[in-house]
Amino acid sequence: MLRAQLARCTVSMATRACVSLDSAGSAAGGPVEAAIRAKLEQALSPEVLELRNESGGHAVPAGSETHFRVAVVSSRFEGLSPLQRHRLVHAALSEELAGPVHALAIQAKTPAQWRENPQLDTSPPCLGGSKKTRGTS
Amino acid sequence: MSASLGRAAAALLRWGRGAVGGGGGLPGVGVRAASSGGQAEQLDALVKKDKVVVFLKGTPEQPQCGFSNAVVQILRLHGVRDYAAYNVLDDPELRQGIKDYSNWPTIPQVYLNGEFVGGCDILLQMHQNGDLVEELKKLGIRSALIDEKNQDSK
Repeated sequence: MLRAQLARCTVSMATRACVSLDSAGSAAGGPVEAAIRAKLEQALSPEVLELRNESGGHAVPAGSETHFRVAVVSSRFEGLSPLQRHRLVHAALSEELAGPVHALAIQAKTPAQWRENPQLDTSPPCLGGSKKTRGTS
Repeated sequence: MSASLGRAAAALLRWGRGAVGGGGGLPGVGVRAASSGGQAEQLDALVKKDKVVVFLKGTPEQPQCGFSNAVVQILRLHGVRDYAAYNVLDDPELRQGIKDYSNWPTIPQVYLNGEFVGGCDILLQMHQNGDLVEELKKLGIRSALIDEKNQDSK
């Protein structure tokens, strides 16, 4: 699965080497991940909800829940612009985004759009970010 | 602080021709000074001063975040060189201020013609579905991808 993720790097324009996605937090799913899932379920009753903790690829301690990617597939998105769809997701997760979550990549699709390409993309690699390790290895 | 302002100004000089010499002095200074009030007005002026405005972590030359880098690379692909870029890592007030102003919780953020477009995901989507070429055209900017496509078809 890891290899598939790396191979699918959709934004491969980043010039530096991909920080390897370690297993930090991705296996069990911590409390933040659970909250994100529950709140999106409640707010948007999605047909599909895929959530990945991508924190392991960033300069944060192992087990962190800071960087996420989510695919939300909901008929509520019909007729809404991408901006409006993202705002709905942000609104549902306002607490998390004001607190522990630093990054949230969003794929907000209608069921028909999802069927065209039903996969959770991969985020571009971290480039060293806010502080700390600028390491590229 | 003066160093960070210097960097911000330098980034503007390089990347945002239209940003230089607009009324109100250095944008960074304005945003800072506005912390006690009127920040929304300051940011309003900031995002409208240039056709293409981006708020990044890092600079176009050295993005500090994969998502900010993706925005830079998309603009580069379209041959957009003349844009104003602000590094929110240089300015905590700007970092929070632009989130509040846009009602958008994350960086990067992209403005076209003073209108909020979205972050990395949305710009990438617009790049992929062709909307970005159209939006740039409305601003009088001809995407480099059009010329590339034409050459391909010859």
